[in-house]
Amino acid sequence: MRRYARLLVVQLRASVLLALQYRLDFFMDIGLALFWIGTALAPLYVLFSMRDGVRGWTAYEMLVVVGFFTMHKGVLASVIQPSLTQAVEHIRKGTLDFLLLKPADSQFMLSTAKLELAHLTDVLAGVAIIAWAVSRMATGAPSGLDLLLACALFLCGLSILYALWIMVVSLAFKVVKIDNMSHLFVSLFEAARWPSSVFRGALSLLFTFVIPLALMTTYPALAVLGRARLPDLGTALAVAAVLLLVSRYVWQRSIRSYTGASS
Amino acid sequence: MGFASALAYRAEFLIWVLAYTMPLIMLALWTAVAAEGPVGRFGERDFAAYFTGTLLVRLATGAWVVWDMNFEVRQGTLQRRLLWPVHALLTYLAENLAALPMRFLVVAPITLAATAWLGLSLWTTDPLQLSLIPLSLLGAFLLTFFPMAMIGTCSLFWESSIALFDLWLAMYTVLSGYVVPLELFPPQLRGVVELLPFRYMLAFPVENMTGFLPRERTLHDLAMQWAYVLAFAVAAAGLWRVGLRRFAAFGG
Repeated sequence: MRRYARLLVVQLRASVLLALQYRLDFFMDIGLALFWIGTALAPLYVLFSMRDGVRGWTAYEMLVVVGFFTMHKGVLASVIQPSLTQAVEHIRKGTLDFLLLKPADSQFMLSTAKLELAHLTDVLAGVAIIAWAVSRMATGAPSGLDLLLACALFLCGLSILYALWIMVVSLAFKVVKIDNMSHLFVSLFEAARWPSSVFRGALSLLFTFVIPLALMTTYPALAVLGRARLPDLGTALAVAAVLLLVSRYVWQRSIRSYTGASS
Repeated sequence: MGFASALAYRAEFLIWVLAYTMPLIMLALWTAVAAEGPVGRFGERDFAAYFTGTLLVRLATGAWVVWDMNFEVRQGTLQRRLLWPVHALLTYLAENLAALPMRFLVVAPITLAATAWLGLSLWTTDPLQLSLIPLSLLGAFLLTFFPMAMIGTCSLFWESSIALFDLWLAMYTVLSGYVVPLELFPPQLRGVVELLPFRYMLAFPVENMTGFLPRERTLHDLAMQWAYVLAFAVAAAGLWRVGLRRFAAFGG
């Protein structure tokens, strides 16, 4: 375990050094991230200049969901996406062999390979959006227990996101061009920016059973609003655990069936 | 050729089509809003029609030249293209246009499905607007292509021109009517939006084919669209000339 902690520090340092080397790009990325957050808020601004609520969600309550979505997206863009895009690159070029030879878990090595520091802006902005929205609500600040519940649910959401992403990347062993796949995944994930009750019919089934988006953003938001209960956490934990196990299994199977580029 | 390459990569092509989920997500949000009472003059059906329109126009008018150009400049394969006896920008244009038949193969069934779902009243009945659909779509395509080509040309000067495109795309997302019908914007803002090019890349063809656009505005907007096409075409060609001189200096 301590060995892995040390490895993590080494990998992180490499990413930080990389970001420091391309400073202009770094600040540009931060600016762009803020700009994109603005585009996500624009439709809400238009909407709530005309309405008080949608399906029982007020403007500020909806902003809490948007805040959690932005945080998820930040983690996806800064931690998950870059490392796993690199994994796909390794598979395509055949350099994955070098990584598999290293005396450490391959999934760990790949998942921590690269960190885009600039996109941590999204995580901070998400927190800021939630804090601002809560401060404008009449109900006042959530209780400590609710916040704890929200954090736990958010972590479950992150685990689900990571597990799904590992499964998408495992596909790279079968289908070589994966960037389209990841594009599809990211664009489906966009749907998590609205409370799940907005979706109806087929879409709501898809987003409940195939990609449990509600668990990722709506549940933590409900917890902040003091409307989540402990059984919700149970569901989230169960789904996260199952998906993590499945993704681990899928990854190991893919690695085993991988025969290398040379042979 | 574009058709052949799209056929060769059909799995990717399908994924690329499926990835245009933004209009559907916006459709879900806005129809949920309108279910509790219309917004402006937009009811549930109107939002469905509008966002179906944005999906169709996006699918029909996409281009990808900025990535191609950036890639070729960095890899140096641009040299080969420069040897061809046609203006390089035209070769890019031809490549992007060649994907059109494939695009229409995708757009046609979606069009039929949408018509079956929402009824014929989804479309405008005005003969002028009907006859201008192809022209407005072509204009929207060119207006997508030339700014992209311009930003792609910037990669001759600057490696991170993709970031510039990201900025352009972010502005497009809000100001083209991709996430909100533009007439729901606050009035002061609407005047500005109508002067910017983004509206003519998406909202104008959509409003034209779904009949949201008043008839007397149609020709005025079409003129605006093609004026922008012309302006961006000239600007792209000019920038290309300047950039090429620099590129030649690099490559020797």
